[in-house]
Formats: sequence, C-alpha cells, structure tokens
Amino acid sequence: MCLAVPGRITRISGQDPLLRTGKVDFGGVLKEANLAYVPEAQVGDYVIVHVGFAISRLDEDEATKVFEYLRSIGELAEWEPAPGPPPARPKPESAPQVSHGSESKGRGR
Amino acid sequence: MKYLDEYRDAAAAHTLARELARITTRPWTLMEVCGGQTHAILKFGLNELLPSGVELIHGPGCPVCVTPLELIDKAIEIASRPEVIFCSFGDMLRVPGSGTDLLSVKAAGGDVRIVYSPLDTLKIAQQHPDRQVVFFGVGFETTAPATAMAVYQAARQGLSNFSLLVSHVLVPPALEALLRSPGCRVQGFLAAGHVCAIMGCEQYQPIAARYHVPIVVAGFEPLDILQAVFLCIEQLEHGRAEVQNQYSRVVRTEGNRPAQQLVNEVFQVVPRQWRGLGEIPASGLGLRPGYAAFDAERKFGLGDKKVAEPADCLSGLVLQGKLTPHECPAFGGRCTPEHPLGATMVSSEGACAAYYRYRRVDAGACA
Repeated sequence: MCLAVPGRITRISGQDPLLRTGKVDFGGVLKEANLAYVPEAQVGDYVIVHVGFAISRLDEDEATKVFEYLRSIGELAEWEPAPGPPPARPKPESAPQVSHGSESKGRGR
Repeated sequence: MKYLDEYRDAAAAHTLARELARITTRPWTLMEVCGGQTHAILKFGLNELLPSGVELIHGPGCPVCVTPLELIDKAIEIASRPEVIFCSFGDMLRVPGSGTDLLSVKAAGGDVRIVYSPLDTLKIAQQHPDRQVVFFGVGFETTAPATAMAVYQAARQGLSNFSLLVSHVLVPPALEALLRSPGCRVQGFLAAGHVCAIMGCEQYQPIAARYHVPIVVAGFEPLDILQAVFLCIEQLEHGRAEVQNQYSRVVRTEGNRPAQQLVNEVFQVVPRQWRGLGEIPASGLGLRPGYAAFDAERKFGLGDKKVAEPADCLSGLVLQGKLTPHECPAFGGRCTPEHPLGATMVSSEGACAAYYRYRRVDAGACA
C-alpha cells in the first residue's frame, strides 16, 4: 500500500499550488502526479510518487551514500553513480534474484 | 530505472551481507514494519543472506491487512446501495468481510470502481452529480495526504455528493502496542521509509528511548534493507538504541511539512481498531468536525457494530510477528490468494501472500 516509485518530472502545469501537476517519467511510462507536497520540485528532478502524489524529492547526494560506504571498505572501486543500469558483474552462485522493475512500474501505488 | 536498479546490485548486496556477518556476534531478532519490505525480503531472498541467528520477523505494516472486519462490512453495505458509486484501491476488493467481499458486490451489479488516486474519485463525483460517490480511505501516514487533499478539494468545490469511509492508521502507536505485548521478541525495527517520508523521524525517538530498541528508517530495495539491517545490528552489538535514517535520499528528519499541514487540517487523531491487535488508542485518523459532512459513516447512518474475526484465520498472530505464515494450518490449503480466509493472503503486501508467492517449495513441505 505504501509503494511509491521514483520518476523524473518532464513537465509541470497548473498555477494553483494545490493543483500543480507534473508529467512524470517512470522508466518510459509517463503518468501525471500532483506536486502540491513538493513545491520545490522542478522539471528534471526525481520525485517519489504514491497514489498520484509526489511525496518527496529525491536527494541526489544522499542517494550515493550506500555506495560511498561500500567504496570506503574497498569494494565497488569501479562503481559509478547512475544514470543507467548498474555495471554488469559476475553473479555469485547464491546471488539474490535481481529483477528489473516491471512489477514496480505496474504497481503504481 | 535510475534510483531502483543500482540498489539491486547483487555484488553490492553480497558485500553488505559479508560486512553484516563480520559485525554480528550473537542472534538478533528484528522486525521490518512495512509489508512492502516483507515482499522485497522474500522476493530477493534477503533473509537467506543474513548471518545465522539473525531473524527478520514481519510487521503489521499492511493497511489492507489491519483493516477490521466491521469496516469491510460497512464498505460492503455502502457499496450495495443503488445510489452509490464506491471507489477503492484494488487491494480492498477481495478482502473477505463477514459475509461477502466488494468484488462480489460488483459482480452482483454494484457500482464498485478501482481508482489509482483519491483525486480520481473527485472527477467521478463531478461527472455524476446525481449519484453518491464514496472513497474507501485506507492506508498509513503515506496515503493520508492524498486522501486529505481529496476531502479538502471536495470542500473547496462544494462537492456534496462525495464522502469518505475512513480507515487511516498510524504506525508509531502500533509499534508501541507490539513492544508492550507479552512475548514480544523484537529487538530492533526497520521503520517504514515512505511513512517517514511524510512524518519524518522525530516521532520514533521517544519509542527508541523508552523501549531501548534501535529504529532504522529503511527503504525498499535490497541494498536499502541490507544496509538498514547492518545499521540496526551495529547498534545492538554496541548496546545503542537510536533512530537512524538509512533512506535519507527520500526521508528528511522533519518529514514533509506541507503534507503534514493538510493532513492536520482535515484529520484528527482518533482511537482505531486493528485487525489482530485490537483497539489501539490514538492510532488512527478521523475527519475533523469541520469536515464531518464528508464522513460516509455519518452520511449513510452506519452505527457501530462488533463482528468476530473468523476462527480459522490466524492473520492476527501473523500481523504481530508471532506466527510465520506457513505455520498456519490453513496456509496454502484452505487459504490461497484465489480463496483467501483473511486479508494477509489478499493484499500485495500481506505476509501470507508473500510467502505463498515466493516460498512455494517451503509451503509444500510444511503443508
């Protein structure tokens, strides 16, 4: 129920602050989201969307923290922040299943 | 997709798991609060990456699952009226009430519609001024701002044919109820990241201090969950009990102030019944007196009635983390997603549905 998905704002319309609406790109799927709760959000920003409302603007600096930690312990020296999918790596045998989000896109709320 | 795929990197997950094994010296029991996290843990097999003795037990963070039977019955009663268009998130339609479910009401000719956003309901109300349009407002703090906006806009537009059946619940009082319950095994929490995106982290500090439990606000992707487990166990190993924010790319300490303001404008804190947990004081949201005209229970004159939970569904114990879904005698046999006995098997975030979907081999062995 609390599922919320990150997407990039591609367009903003509406003058009324409560009805400000963004066209949000979720990996190629475009949907409208109400932006009343993220008044600071601009075109190009990533927001987390839940039941048609952007509830938070993604902080790009904070987003790299887990990878900085991994780098600090000598792992992932080659890791580059997104865009794009993660670098291909050999998967250990018992690797967790890594899937690529078709379900997240479908479960938009 | 950016901000999803990189948090599913298998090699990074294994590194975190190794780090976790390095710092863990004894068994610990943690609870992930949110049903979305439960699903990610089972889907990606994250519990199998944990050091032996570290156990994740599944919390009550599925609003569909904790909605009490009497409220489902009220929804069914309202949805069965010919003048009503009843709007709901899809998850609620197959949750069994004491007699039937909303999907059966729809099959019998009732106008029951699935909506993506509460605001869709307002459009339906505008298009059908001769009908009563009711929204089933289910959800935690994450969803309350969306429902609040629908009510606020309805008031602004003078939409008199819109009303709300409210079933909003709040996470912190439920955590306290769990910690106070006899036999509680939880030593640390992974808090629900999207709830905290709205409410911030401050509410959890008194709980961490009073019950001496670490609380780590966690995201929903594999690396988020593994890092949150790492932070939680690091605290436990050092005897600390603090609130930490793993999901800082989304959650600010103070939360989302504009959303909090609109929720406070429309709603007030009320006691609420939780399936499996009983009535918890100050654990839900109800409409403020100024918005009482939008209260569906009042509009349709539904009184209080108590309905007993079905005896053969043990979801109450599952919701408290006291029973693992496949330990229930009905699991996978009399109770499946096609023929659920209780909401935990219906909802896409219910623990029973997660076990059924991702742990079928175990389920077969245990049946």
